[in-house]
Amino acid sequence: MMNPIPRKDQPTRKQKLLFMATCICDAFFDDAARAAVEVLEYLGCEVVFPKGQTCCGQPAFNAGDWKASRQVVRHTLEVFKGMEPVVAPSGSCTAMLVHGAPLEFEEEEDLSKALDLASRSWELADFIVNTLGVVRWEGRFPHKIAFHRSCHSRGSGTVEAALRLLSSIDGLELAEFGEENQCCGFGGTFSVSFPNISAAMGNLKIDHVTAARPQFLVSADMGCLLHLGGMIDKAGKQLPRLHLAQVLRDSLKNGGLL
Amino acid sequence: MQSSVFKMATSLAEKRVSAFQRDYTDPDRLRRLAGQIKQHTLEHLDHYLELVEKQFRKKGVKVHFASTGDRCNQIVLDILQQNDCRKIVKSKSMLSEETELNSFLSQHGVESVETDLGELIVQLDNDHPSHIIAPIIHKSRREMAQCFEREGLGDYNDEPEVITRRARDYLRKQYMEADAGLTGANFVVAESGRISLVTNEGNARFCLAATRVHIVIVGIEKILPRDRDLALFHNIIARSGTGQRLTVYNQFIGGPKANGQPHGPQEMHVVLVDNRRTEVLASNCREILRCIRCGACQNICPVYRQASGFAYRGTYGGPVGSVLSPLLAGENFGEKADLPKASSLCGACREVCPVDIPIPDLLLRLRDKGKREAPKKSGAGTPPMGIWATMASHPATWNAALRLGYALNIPHAQAFPIPALQAWCNVRKLPPWRGGKFRQWMDDRKDSPK
Repeated sequence: MMNPIPRKDQPTRKQKLLFMATCICDAFFDDAARAAVEVLEYLGCEVVFPKGQTCCGQPAFNAGDWKASRQVVRHTLEVFKGMEPVVAPSGSCTAMLVHGAPLEFEEEEDLSKALDLASRSWELADFIVNTLGVVRWEGRFPHKIAFHRSCHSRGSGTVEAALRLLSSIDGLELAEFGEENQCCGFGGTFSVSFPNISAAMGNLKIDHVTAARPQFLVSADMGCLLHLGGMIDKAGKQLPRLHLAQVLRDSLKNGGLL
Repeated sequence: MQSSVFKMATSLAEKRVSAFQRDYTDPDRLRRLAGQIKQHTLEHLDHYLELVEKQFRKKGVKVHFASTGDRCNQIVLDILQQNDCRKIVKSKSMLSEETELNSFLSQHGVESVETDLGELIVQLDNDHPSHIIAPIIHKSRREMAQCFEREGLGDYNDEPEVITRRARDYLRKQYMEADAGLTGANFVVAESGRISLVTNEGNARFCLAATRVHIVIVGIEKILPRDRDLALFHNIIARSGTGQRLTVYNQFIGGPKANGQPHGPQEMHVVLVDNRRTEVLASNCREILRCIRCGACQNICPVYRQASGFAYRGTYGGPVGSVLSPLLAGENFGEKADLPKASSLCGACREVCPVDIPIPDLLLRLRDKGKREAPKKSGAGTPPMGIWATMASHPATWNAALRLGYALNIPHAQAFPIPALQAWCNVRKLPPWRGGKFRQWMDDRKDSPK
């Protein structure tokens, strides 16, 4: 999804960053956001949570209501202004900041503000590996997990970074499953405007994942997990979901490092 | 039908990956280069159109320009009538689907026979192609055999060899009887004035073997600047579409039969068709004109695999269709304004497109256009965003909404008559609402010394 927008000076460890919790964690998955903060702090970062934050603006962007979306993006640009990198535990919200917002601001006077935020925005795993330079993850996580590649991470460093961290964890087994690069069918408003196709795509994903018999389904995006998890629960299947940050945090805890 | 579409599309997509990986260390470079060549050509289309016309004329090719699909059909009919042609054989052309050429010709007393096997069955069944390169991806072998049985080509037999042999016998006769051959063109080279045709059945070549007149209908976006560009485009079109290194038959046609040549049509006509392409070129979705009709985006698309081509209600299905159909609809854009919504925006199409078209971006731009110009059609099933936008740009209201959301945790609240909530909950559960818990945790930590 993302264009290779030149990033500003690469930050170093122990630095200040602005944390975007994402609206989905704000509403449903507080522990995922909490785990992301704990992980970043463990790495020495000073995590600032701008309280005025709401949503990245993607729902309306994808729904085609760019006027409404730009209203929300303008608010987000204001809340996250500054020099610090912005880190979000979501490939999708990051794609919105890096690629979506500049696209819908192409002909707006404040395009430069959108481009500035784009140049500072990072998805969590991408940030940990490609800016903080962490390539091995400490602790233990003695479970078999299936890692779902969220589509909005395509073209970014997220999937490679996440797999690099996960595969370095002591005891963790990465399950291989079929059609790993295929979409889960969430697609934001697509999930409610085309619910049947969305569910058919979700079932395919769930079939592939469960065939590999993982103990957890893990992703860098809670949007996909909201949809897949909702289908898994509705079908009465047992497959707990975790955000990548929760695996990283729990690994540290299991290793007595947190 | 859905399972045959799913299997075939998936298999073609897998073949594509191995066809590129086998021969290239960085296939993405090919896609980017091809995209740049096409984009360059589009941005200088006036120049290349002039050049190609000049080069064709030098070789004795008659060049026609058709502003619309109807005009294209009329030009074809005029050429046929002037040459006293009553029957034509034609190879596959998506443009002819766009202009509905076959039904136009039959209304005017010209018999037109499709010679691509898939297209022939589509024609005999009075059906429509549902995939750009695999027109009968929606049909089973049994349905093909039933079609041939019905048409008197022999008793029911669904052996692929038998079906192929019968088609061959039937088509040989058609080739001999026809007066003119009509083809599309996969590429038109401006520098040399020649068309390039790729097929796997050799039918395009047969269309020209025993006919007097060759008519080419082609969209103006199919031009390539130089002969050497064909090397790149031939390498990517087959790999992208079918996973072959090269299609089985590749024709380069640069004019009618020359003096001293024993065979071939005495006349060659090229009809360059606009049919709203210049409008697309002027729009913010012009990149879609790079498309070389390989079908890779259809094969990879998880929505196409579920819905199949007919769901897109137009000549082109899948991601390319969701972009092209609304644009080619012109003033009837509104009727197709819902198509760009039929995508999860997963971006798989963008990764496979051999000419690097940013399809998801174009779908998004068309969603924006739909909201502004045809809100009713484009907004069907999409939750309204106005209230959300107000909440999400005012933190106090946002925080109030985070508290209000706890109403969803009341038993049976998920049955509230809110369309989007219902659509969600019909196939999924919602997890417990935990609005503001993260903020509370951040606040509590700040208050307590670390």
